[in-house]
Amino acid sequence: MRRDRERLDPHVSPMGLSAMLFEAPGAFDLASQRRIWALAKAVAGWPDVIEAAPGMTNLLVSFRTPPRDPDALGAALIGAWETASPDATEARLFEIPVTYGGEEGPDLDHMAQETGLSRDQVVAIHSGREYTVFALGSHPGYGYLGIVDPRLFIPRRQVPRISVPAGSVSIGGWQTGASASAGPSGWHTIGRTDTVFFDPDAETPVLLRPGDRIRFIADRILP
Amino acid sequence: MIEILSPAGHATVQDGGRLGHRHVGIGSNGAMDALALATANLMLGNAADAAAIEIPGVPMRLRFLADTAFALTGADTGATIGGRRIPLNWRDFARAGEELVLGHARSGVYAVLALAGGVDVPQVLGSRATHLRGGFGGFEGRMLKPGDRLPLGQSVTGTAAFGVIAPEKALPLPGAAEDDATVVRVLPAAEYDAFDAAAQASLWSTAWRISAQSNRAGYRLMGPVLNLAEPIEMRSHGLVPGVIQGPAGGQPIIQLADAYTAGGYPKIGVVIEPDLWRIAQTPLGGTLRFKRCTHAEGLAAHDALIAHLDRIKIWMATLDLGASAEVAA
Repeated sequence: MRRDRERLDPHVSPMGLSAMLFEAPGAFDLASQRRIWALAKAVAGWPDVIEAAPGMTNLLVSFRTPPRDPDALGAALIGAWETASPDATEARLFEIPVTYGGEEGPDLDHMAQETGLSRDQVVAIHSGREYTVFALGSHPGYGYLGIVDPRLFIPRRQVPRISVPAGSVSIGGWQTGASASAGPSGWHTIGRTDTVFFDPDAETPVLLRPGDRIRFIADRILP
Repeated sequence: MIEILSPAGHATVQDGGRLGHRHVGIGSNGAMDALALATANLMLGNAADAAAIEIPGVPMRLRFLADTAFALTGADTGATIGGRRIPLNWRDFARAGEELVLGHARSGVYAVLALAGGVDVPQVLGSRATHLRGGFGGFEGRMLKPGDRLPLGQSVTGTAAFGVIAPEKALPLPGAAEDDATVVRVLPAAEYDAFDAAAQASLWSTAWRISAQSNRAGYRLMGPVLNLAEPIEMRSHGLVPGVIQGPAGGQPIIQLADAYTAGGYPKIGVVIEPDLWRIAQTPLGGTLRFKRCTHAEGLAAHDALIAHLDRIKIWMATLDLGASAEVAA
């Protein structure tokens, strides 16, 4: 099976001249993510930082101008990680009704085949646990959710789909989520929800926050 | 005000980009050729990142509804104002009622039309850049179409007409290609070492052809498949324009202005920011070559670009912009 890329030590790499990616060592878990949230808050106040955007146990730090000494900054990032204590974010619970399978979830059959489970089992396992919003990203309002049951682990698609509709519920690796608007996707789409995650005209355009809890409710399973 | 008269393809309002919102999934957007945007704006006395109209290589007609200074940079579209030919990298002055006509791009891809005072659409999250997927920013969050009337900011401008040096002449690449490929400099990224030796070698040796399935979100490249030494499944992380990803068994993709803010395909390198404009102006079907660089070499490229823009600013300050300074609105 394809392995999760796990770092043994904290890792910093260049993302062009003006951004750096910090990757936490160890397993993909919530404890590590809480430290990432704390690191993001600390780094956001550093000079010349535009923002520190959490990913899945990693952090993209972007700067207004290219740092003259990236090695020193990388060392500072690792130093700040070592002293970061887990962030206690207030969590809200969202229940997301989902129609699984059929045209709403064109990859449900493929998921069942790849995992050796039945369609109903895939749905039961996916909707049977509570997820945490690890990070927002990809497109406006999209929440990366963890952690997927190991029985549903599946590598990303080799060729991304050109477009999946808003509300598409999908799985990629250890991660799951629901698209906030229509667009291409490299993940496996198993269902769809009507929940609105992003509305540019709303007072609060983005529904989810890191740390929120999500439960998918299986409304229907289409053949 | 300026009015769009003809169908405008994928023309949009863009500025220097919407920064600081990746953490809620909102990427930078902004002009594909940030150098062309800054150059055109500086020639008008605008802020370098003011909002302008970006026109991707297709014919377009616009009418000025008031006397307005404007500048055209980026792609060469053989433009005319009131029937009079205007060169590229040029600032000129339009009288109310005059038509500006842009043809097919003869070289380059993205033309930038900057207007004195800048395009004054409402700011959304600190920027006027169009976010097409989100349907916000720019003009009503969408591409421009006939009948659209864009408001312009206040400005004091003159009637002067003049040009500046072409960016490829001002910022030549050392040791550029023996073929007609566009050469851009690349820093190896986090998974560079996870690709096999053949992939690493072909990254630097290939003339990569830009696929027709390319747009503001990213350019897909045709050439050898980049294989990993062994399969890995990545945790998703933040992306920036310029990241070169190698999906398993697939064609490499360069993420650009409208890219996702996060993703998880293995990344083999990142094109340095001061070379992104070179990619934007390479047409679909054209070729790219990647030249490995260090952070120090990248900094030198960044500094050269900033120095070039500073020279335009200084030169502007010494110019007589025309006796009748006028207020456009």
